[in-house]
Amino acid sequence: MTPHPTGDLGIWVAALLTLFILSFIYKDNPLYKFAEHLFVGVSAGYYIILNFWTVIVPNLWEPLKLAFTGHGVNAGREGLFAAELGDYRAWLIFPAVLGLLLFSRFFGKLSWLSRWSLAIIIGVYAGIKTTGFAQGDFVAQVQASLVPLWTGHPLNDLNALIFVVGLITSLLFFFYSREHKGALGVSSKVGVYFLMVGFGAGYGYTVMSRISLLIGRFQFLLDSWLGMR
Amino acid sequence: MPNAAKGVRERLAGLALRMGTLDRRWIFLVMGLLVLYPLLFPLALPLQITPPVRGFADAMDQLKPGSTVLMSCDYDPGAIPELVPMTRTAFRQLLSQDCKVVVTVLWNGGPGLVDSVLREVAREFPDKHYGVDYVNLGYKAGNEAVMVLMGQGVANAFPRDYRGNNTRGLPMMREVGDYSTFALLVSVSAGYPGTKEWVQQVQARFHLPMVAGVTAVSAPEYYPYLQSGQLRGLLGGMAGAAEYEKARGESGTATRGMDAQSLGHIFVALCILGGNFVQWGRRRRGA
Repeated sequence: MTPHPTGDLGIWVAALLTLFILSFIYKDNPLYKFAEHLFVGVSAGYYIILNFWTVIVPNLWEPLKLAFTGHGVNAGREGLFAAELGDYRAWLIFPAVLGLLLFSRFFGKLSWLSRWSLAIIIGVYAGIKTTGFAQGDFVAQVQASLVPLWTGHPLNDLNALIFVVGLITSLLFFFYSREHKGALGVSSKVGVYFLMVGFGAGYGYTVMSRISLLIGRFQFLLDSWLGMR
Repeated sequence: MPNAAKGVRERLAGLALRMGTLDRRWIFLVMGLLVLYPLLFPLALPLQITPPVRGFADAMDQLKPGSTVLMSCDYDPGAIPELVPMTRTAFRQLLSQDCKVVVTVLWNGGPGLVDSVLREVAREFPDKHYGVDYVNLGYKAGNEAVMVLMGQGVANAFPRDYRGNNTRGLPMMREVGDYSTFALLVSVSAGYPGTKEWVQQVQARFHLPMVAGVTAVSAPEYYPYLQSGQLRGLLGGMAGAAEYEKARGESGTATRGMDAQSLGHIFVALCILGGNFVQWGRRRRGA
């Protein structure tokens, strides 16, 4: 397995930056700091440009420009508004103004104006999240929790029984209106064991994710940089 | 005899205390070597296809030729080792089954990465053309709001694709309206916004069949959706990606990484036992 390093300058830069970052596990050092600061700076610039060209321009600027230069949905339907055709482009002036109001935070006396935009953002997202949670999680998960305990297949029945016991005892663990004594104490203790199994599975998966990151970097260094695949 | 046993316990406690002073960089070094070795010299440890992965592969297999599939790749470079193999294999399967694929990205660090993966796979299919068989709509800010907006028309949310084309002008996008166009939603996600939000905002509301491929760290969160049938299949982390590659008869980067993954897990398990041993020693010595 002989190395055949790539001639691609971009891969060399990425490989060296990877090594700079990995050097932190030995100890904090200027090379790590350099890579870290470079990452923060490049990311900030990249995200600003990306959002400008993929969000602000196509979703706000272009529709507004078309609306206010007399171009409607099509040649036969000019004008600012054509809601019956699904064209709301001129209305985008309102989110544009609300977006600009967010920058009023930079001007002390006018900073209160940004609260209007924030109020709308919070209101809209609270509404979207609430309905999404109610439909996707609450109702669907309660329905899915009502499993038959007797199906005629012993292994399925055992699985369902473990599921029901785990569900009820875990819920009882979070019931704090009475002291966890007696039957409630026993069931909540059983619930803790189920929760522990859940935490253990979560920890195992977390380890897998973290090791995957290391594998990914090593694969990049070995395959793309050193050409050892 | 009791004195001998006590002596052994004392010696073990001393060993545990010494272990507790071990420089953690030795642990990093051993972990690094354990991960590096099987990448250089594969061990070919066995891999079984689990039911969640089988469900994912089956849902994809059942797609009819010509079906349109929405594939949302919501991740950034931090998830490359886990999610790029899934994206690659899933996109390859969709193209090989003559499905039309609409790709979106809701993470701002992802569009360039996803586009490079799509280009790499599309090169294997010279008869598949951009805008006709697949399209990359790129990134859009707004998280759940984008998902809701797509329900009123995909092109409303994405007036231009990642390459700057007018979305409505692309041949395959003339057939794509709202979510009713799609036969399946494939969510490949590393967190928020991602699979959970697609389930809440789209699967539950529009009853769109859905499968997901997620990072391992977030996978436990999605098993309830699998149990409830909201997800038809689930790929969890690199192991899920490797199993999916095996189900498809491929051997990609996830499969090649699984030997290293297994050795790394064994070492972490040993470290946990070692940590408990150190703790036992400290308690015994009252440290």
